[in-house]
Amino acid sequence: MVDTVIDNFVKEHEADLTTLPDYHSKDFASDQDVRWCPGCGDYTILKQVQNAMPELGLAKKDIVFISGIGCSSRFPYYMDTFGMHSIHGRAPAIATGLKVSRPDLSVWIITGDGDSLSIGANHFTQLLRRNVNVNLLLFNNEIYGLTKGQYSPASPTGSITKSTPFGSIDHPFNPLALSLGANGTFVARAMDRDPKHLKEMILRSHKHQGTSMLEIYQNCIVFNDAVFEVFTDKKTRPQETIYLEHGQPLVFGKDNEKGIHLNGFTPEVVELGDNFTKEDLWVHDETDRVKAYILSRFFDQKPESGEGLMFPRPFGVLYAEEKPTYDAGVNAQILSAKEKQGEADLDALLRGNETWVVK
Amino acid sequence: MSKKDQIREEVTIRFAGDSGDGMQLTGSLFTNTTALLGNDLRTLPEFPAEIRAPQGTVPGVSSFQLQFGSHEILTPGDECDALVVMNSAALKANLSMLKKKGIIIANTAGFDKKNLGLAKYANGVNPLEDGSLDDFEVIKLDVTKLVKEALSDSGLGFKDIERSKNMFVLGLLYWMYNRPLESTINFLNQKFGSKKPEIADANIKVLKAGYFYGETVELFSARVTVKQAELEPGEYRNVTGNEALVLGLVAAARKSNLPLFFGSYPITPASEVLHGLAVHKKFGITTFQAEDEIAAVTSAIGASFGGSIGVTSSSGPGIALKGEGIGLAVMLELPLIVLNVQRAGPSTGMPTKTEQADLMQAVYGRNGESPLVVLAPQSPADCFIMAFEAVRISLEHMIPVMFLSDGFIANGSEPWKFPKSDDLANIKVKFEGPRLNGEAGAYKPYLRDDKLVRTWAIPGTEGIEHRVGGLEKEDGTGNVSYDPENHQKMTNIRRDKRDNVKFNIPKQAVDQGAESGETLVLGWGGTYGTIRTVVHQLRKEGRDVSHAHLRYINPFPENFEELLKRFDRVIVPEINDGQLVRLIRSEFLIPALAINKVKGRPFEVRELKAAIESKISENVAS
Repeated sequence: MVDTVIDNFVKEHEADLTTLPDYHSKDFASDQDVRWCPGCGDYTILKQVQNAMPELGLAKKDIVFISGIGCSSRFPYYMDTFGMHSIHGRAPAIATGLKVSRPDLSVWIITGDGDSLSIGANHFTQLLRRNVNVNLLLFNNEIYGLTKGQYSPASPTGSITKSTPFGSIDHPFNPLALSLGANGTFVARAMDRDPKHLKEMILRSHKHQGTSMLEIYQNCIVFNDAVFEVFTDKKTRPQETIYLEHGQPLVFGKDNEKGIHLNGFTPEVVELGDNFTKEDLWVHDETDRVKAYILSRFFDQKPESGEGLMFPRPFGVLYAEEKPTYDAGVNAQILSAKEKQGEADLDALLRGNETWVVK
Repeated sequence: MSKKDQIREEVTIRFAGDSGDGMQLTGSLFTNTTALLGNDLRTLPEFPAEIRAPQGTVPGVSSFQLQFGSHEILTPGDECDALVVMNSAALKANLSMLKKKGIIIANTAGFDKKNLGLAKYANGVNPLEDGSLDDFEVIKLDVTKLVKEALSDSGLGFKDIERSKNMFVLGLLYWMYNRPLESTINFLNQKFGSKKPEIADANIKVLKAGYFYGETVELFSARVTVKQAELEPGEYRNVTGNEALVLGLVAAARKSNLPLFFGSYPITPASEVLHGLAVHKKFGITTFQAEDEIAAVTSAIGASFGGSIGVTSSSGPGIALKGEGIGLAVMLELPLIVLNVQRAGPSTGMPTKTEQADLMQAVYGRNGESPLVVLAPQSPADCFIMAFEAVRISLEHMIPVMFLSDGFIANGSEPWKFPKSDDLANIKVKFEGPRLNGEAGAYKPYLRDDKLVRTWAIPGTEGIEHRVGGLEKEDGTGNVSYDPENHQKMTNIRRDKRDNVKFNIPKQAVDQGAESGETLVLGWGGTYGTIRTVVHQLRKEGRDVSHAHLRYINPFPENFEELLKRFDRVIVPEINDGQLVRLIRSEFLIPALAINKVKGRPFEVRELKAAIESKISENVAS
């Protein structure tokens, strides 16, 4: 077996931290000034990631944040861990190379709706299908912020932006449906304005073995303010959102007076009371891919008027599945080759099968 | 040896047939046998990009040329002494490459009405019958029929019988050139022996039938012996460029004691490197077939950030896609090896045809001032040394290195006196160590040593947590910086860091000829063998000509300018429209002369010799 410099280096320094320091949130803040616009949703997300970090049970030295390009992608500069602010859309590929070669690390991808649904959509979906054991936080603000206000692949049809003064024509991606379609093994949604739930989802993402895709609704105060207000405003939130909990019925509303009933494969919003009780409601099962897909379609506008939503928007874990990870598979093949094929003999390799001697 | 055997110093043969006729395998097997006999040799496989181009047509012809000899052989030969044609299209496509009075071995089954039509011979014309080949010696045989007879009691189906006809031709050629059958028999037993012994037996039977056919029909006038070449003593094997490249990477991983991560996307003619590395997992090699060229290069950067040797490979079009990623590695100052097995461009160009037209792309083809190192192997076996060098330089200087091979070198083969593992120098790598309890303040990732090289600080190391990225870095801290003075400084540092590599590579040598004089022929890459042969001939004729071949192109070796200026004129032959010559002119302000060809094929010896002679006389006249 080849003991490489890295193996030895990692082994040697494992002992550097036999007991983890008593980390606090602020230990994960770097010395760099945070430069997002005042009021940007990114601040809350940064705060919740920093709050979640001490609870991972990991040393800072073993955590890496990798981002692409966009406002959210400045994120790694503000974390006092290892980090790389890379190029547009490519963070999933960089993270794959890092995680496969260094399975000992906890690797986090920070990306936005432009970064991962447009220029990097290929890498995003390939990461999900391979199920590399990394966590991906998709900051979705449905707009291009850093390039100053063009529509994104997540912007609803008709969005009036700098590049679409007469309204956008193309249909948006539904990021959760896309992730499920790519055979993602962990698909969840949170929002910047519900920090407690957000932190919970960050911790769940970490716990999941495989690619964890957490979409985070994030308000862009400058170019797309209040686009998620219907979900975040205290007045409308109870009617327009539904929080998913594994094994619990799908109820929502100010007084939990509504629920989702599954009529065959067709979901229906029902009022709890004489006709329907909680027992009649759809009970959330994170492990059911078909139902997760139905939930991901709680996304569309009402068909006739085009105004208002057909269903409350689900938050929480839509789908979670244990499945072998890509990085574990790659490393198992390397180990098995080392075991089965015996000594890695460079001289035998250079010599090849047929040689001759010139005297 | 029969009395009638002729002895020759060198022979060039060419196998040509339909893409499905197995000509590449036939050529490779003949090459291995010939190498084992101790001849020096060079090969030129040529095949269409289509897996099965329309059967029987000229675009579907696949051929394999090989020159072997009892003295130094550096090219696959201009014209061939013997041409094997399995069908009429093969004759049509290759006749111009046969010497006057050369031998044609023609499979008459491929010259029926249907095949003649597919090859677009005029109605009723059969070149084997109409006297048009009277200048050549034509050996006609119905291979299909002969093979059927040889296998009449084998119980094999028509398809399997048809498939073994290349072995008949190979056997016949072995008889003609006095080669033993053992190596090929061993190959057939290894390939089919355990799973399909009946196929192995049939192929061996046909191979022997071909061999005996030569004797039976008394083709003695064609029988030739080529004695063992006087190569440097030692143990040799045969190797193609892509094979040597794979071995060089594995050796460098072993000698640096680092894991190697290879991110790649399949592309002709570089895919063999991915295939070759994928089997060497026990050497700590990870191969990743990425979703595209961009993921291939960026995954390698991710691995390099984690402390592996990050390597990516492609050909020109893929290198164009990797450009932004390579720029990121320049900015991050991480090791990265980029392999470009060049092919004819632009765009998709001619995927299976060779060219050297990506030199400017390698040196300049990224946004911004983006200096990196460019190396180019000069022969198939040299791919081993230069791949090892690419890794060494990249690790020692924390800089991306572009390795420029080409289709000719990659697929061509030559005898290789392979090194012993102990003879290869270790590559020393040191990761930045941990800082416990906040000692010595915050780690600064962009502090440098006297060669301007920064440290390699990998995740998992306590106390040196830091961030890197594609935005301009502040000198020392690596923090994001838009400061004008800092950008100037960092641009200069990245350039000077690259230029410092020139002190860590061999000085440029004159390969052949005087160290100063009238004419220097300067080449790079796969033109080495041809230029060396031509310069040898010119010198024998009394010309004052020398040859130097660049393998370290960016930066140029320390003594390079001084060497160039010792000659009255510099001639630069290239398989492109003039790229190294432009670099030389602009860098050193000398009126270097260009000889260029872009036909998807290497220079021929006679062609290059004539071009150099005419350049010299034009230059003298003006």
